[in-house]
This record gives sequence, C-alpha cells and structure tokens, in this order.
Amino acid sequence: MRYTLLTYTRPEDFANVPPEELGQLKGLFGAYIGALKEAGILAGVDWLQPVSTATTISEGGNRIQDGPYAETKETLGGYMTIDVPDLDTAISWAKKCPIAKFGAVEIRPSASET
Amino acid sequence: MSTSARMAEVMRASYGRLLAILSSRTGDMLLAEDVLSDAFAKALIHWPKEMPKNPEAWLLTVARNRLTDIHRKDARIEFRDELPEPAPPDQSLDDIPDDRLKLMFVCAHPAIDARIHTPLMLQSVLGLDADVIARAFILPKSTMAKRLVRAKRKIRDANIAFEIPEAEELPDRVSSVLEAIYGAFSRDWLGKNDLAEEAHFLADLLKQLMPDNAEVLGLAALIAYTLSRADARVQSGEFIPLEDQDPAHWEVALIQSAGVDLARAQALGSLGRFQLEAAIQAVHADRITTGIINWDALLQLHHGLSQIAPTIGATVSYASALGKAVGPQEGLSALLQIDEPVRASFAPAQATQAYFLSELGRPQEAAAAYERAIALTVEQPLRRYLESKRAALSGNLL
Repeated sequence: MRYTLLTYTRPEDFANVPPEELGQLKGLFGAYIGALKEAGILAGVDWLQPVSTATTISEGGNRIQDGPYAETKETLGGYMTIDVPDLDTAISWAKKCPIAKFGAVEIRPSASET
Repeated sequence: MSTSARMAEVMRASYGRLLAILSSRTGDMLLAEDVLSDAFAKALIHWPKEMPKNPEAWLLTVARNRLTDIHRKDARIEFRDELPEPAPPDQSLDDIPDDRLKLMFVCAHPAIDARIHTPLMLQSVLGLDADVIARAFILPKSTMAKRLVRAKRKIRDANIAFEIPEAEELPDRVSSVLEAIYGAFSRDWLGKNDLAEEAHFLADLLKQLMPDNAEVLGLAALIAYTLSRADARVQSGEFIPLEDQDPAHWEVALIQSAGVDLARAQALGSLGRFQLEAAIQAVHADRITTGIINWDALLQLHHGLSQIAPTIGATVSYASALGKAVGPQEGLSALLQIDEPVRASFAPAQATQAYFLSELGRPQEAAAAYERAIALTVEQPLRRYLESKRAALSGNLL
C-alpha cells in the first residue's frame, strides 16, 4: 500500500540553525532518501520552495491568490511517497525521517489504490 | 435453555473471537461486523429449528461464506490472509488460533485517538452495544457511534496491521492496551455497574494471551483486588474508605487469585506501575490475616509509584500515605507541593487536604476543603461520605 509522508516545519525553526548544521541536515536527508531507495519502497519524492512562493487557486479556478491555501505556522516542505505493507511499517520509516526531529511528518494512505 | 438464551451466551463468549478472526483477515472491522451480524441474524432463523452442535463453527462458516460472496462481487476488498477453514462441527473454536490479542493491539493503536481505545475494545472484543458504551462514557449514543465508526474507517483505510507488534515497539503498545483496559475499569471503580466486570474479563483475557508479561499480570491483580472490595466499599448507599471497611465483606477468592498473579508478576523481575498499584492493594488485603495496616510498607510503595508514574492521583496517594505513616503535617506539606490549580480541580486532593487539616485542629479550613471536594464529586456514595465528614466538623467550628 502507498503512503505519502508530508513533512511540516516552521520556517522560524530553521532561521537560527547555523549553516554547517543545515548542511548536515541535507546530508542526513540524502542518506534517508538513499535508504528508502535501497529498500525499494520509494515511489516519489519532492522538496518544495518556501511557502512564500505559493499560489493558490480556488472557487472553481476563479480566484487566484498569493500565498498558501491554509495559514498555519507549520508549512508543507516536501513529500515522499513510499510503498509498504501497512501503517506500522510506514510509521517506522516516518520516524527515521530527519524532519521528524525538527517538525512533523504526516502519514496519509493513498486513496487511488484499490 | 431457550434458543435466545443460548444465543446470547454464544454471542457473549465468542463475539470477540469471531470478530478478531474475520477482521484480522480483511483489515476491515466494519465489514467483519456486518458479516458477523448477518450470521447472528441467520442463526435466529435456523437455530430454533435445529441447534448446531458447534454454534461458533456454524457462525464462522456463515460469516466466512458471506465474506467470500462480497469478495466476488467487489474486487476492491482484498484478503490479507486466507480465512481459516471452519472447524468441523465436532471441534471447537479453540482449534483456530485466537486473534483477539491482535484485535486488542489494533484497538489501542497509537494512530487511533486515545479517547476511543477503551470504547473500541469494549465493542469489538466483548461485543458491547454502542448504547451501553455511550452511557458509561456519558456521551450521546450518536456521538459515540460516530467516533467508533470513524476509528474503524481509519483502521481500514490507513491499513493498520492486525499483528503482534515488533519487540522494539511491544512495551509501548502493551502499555496502551493496559491503559485502555484500565480506562474501562476506572470509569466504574466503585464496582457498582458492569464496566468493572468487563474490565476484569479483558484483563483476564489479556493475561491468558500474554502470560509472561509482568505488567499484564499486575493489572489483572490490581483489578481483582479492587473488585474484591466492591461490596464492602458502599454500605447503605454511603462510601466506606478502605481503612474503615470490614474485611469480612471482602471477596476472598478474588484476593487469592490476585495474590497469585502478583507473585508471578514479581517473579518476572520487571517492575511497573500496575504491579506497584497491585502491591499497594495487597498490603491492604493483608489486613484480613494480620488485622493491621502496614503503613511503612504502603509509604514505600506509594513513593515508588509516585516516582515511576507521577500522575496527580499517585502524588496525592503518596501524600496521604505519608500523612498516615509519619504525621498529618508531613502529609499536608507533601500535598501542598502540588500546583494549586491542579489541586483545586482534583476531588481526592481536596478530600485529603480536608482530612489533614481536621487532624491538625484547623476545622474551618478543613470544612472549606470538604466543600470543594463535594463540589467536584459526582458519585452519590462518595458525596454522602464527604458530606457526613463535613457535617461532623460543624461541632468544632464554633
């Protein structure tokens, strides 16, 4: 079953992180994606630009708006889709995600898979 | 025995067994409930004509066939595992592996809202009506029913596994199962309605399924000890505190079985919250033979408990034991270390404070604390007890 791990962080949490630690985080993330690939479970991944770059359309496409759909402190930073047998397996992979230490990782089961 | 009585008995004894088998194979408790209630409905028609030799196997066969039918029509339903062949009519359900432990782990899964763990377990393992559960949790039936369905949908749609957790996860997962059972028990700790009995059944079942887990044994012992005093705890509608109870009213068989479980737990050598709580009960139960309460032993156990599980309840109990073992001033000081807002909203804290204040010859303050405790208490027997303590003080107020 496919699960998508959505990573949420608060931009201010990263504002004070020294550059070398940020570089380290990138390394950790690379290793994590590598592990997912090696396990043969990675079905998709992307890393998103800051929320300040977001554009939202709504009301049947009639309304185009600067900014994200929902105003929250924590913003969606990226996603990884993995293909694993059950929720517990997805949880154990999500716990290893480097973002889990800084922000939150939301696990959503795929709805297109029946 | 009438067919309907026999059916009620079968339902009570095997509902959880059957539901666990059906839902662990499909991952879908809602579907399993549907086919199981179909099977019970068919039993209502067929059993009065001819009672099957093995009613459980009959129900499983009917439910299983219904699942296969649905499966044929709807390819979206996927079986995780082959359903077991139904037992031949002359065999019992015991020949099929018991999946109830997996079901309990699913009900108390961390991905499911913790507030619904207990209701979900009561419904799926024991087959309790949503109606009865709603009443026990003081919620409208429709609200409780909606929450239960939402949880079962999530279990299905997020594909929560019906498996025994990996060793690494096991302690946390067991403790949420224990919390869920304890949750049923603590809704009815006076033991005057049926939820305490249901919790006792669940704790005993878990004990059979995980016989080597010390905390599982600890919880079974704790519940048995507490239930042994159900009759002694309320007399003529008024609550009787443990120390004032007449041990002649305690149920000796329950105390003995609790003692066996606690001894087995302690032999396993891994201390935990429920074992400590059961050990505290055991010290009180010893009064049957010794005639005294060993306050020093209680103080040590309560201290241990307040370290290992520093809940507000454990902290107040520790202060209470300190007051009895050492003196009311020491007890009061320990109690006053709890943050005032927390203390102010917890009835046992107010009642304990009132007791110490009255022991220390401060009746006016004691009366005020009893008033606060009464205002925070809903159970009638307890209210009557607190009101009589409060009334007894009024002679000293002038």
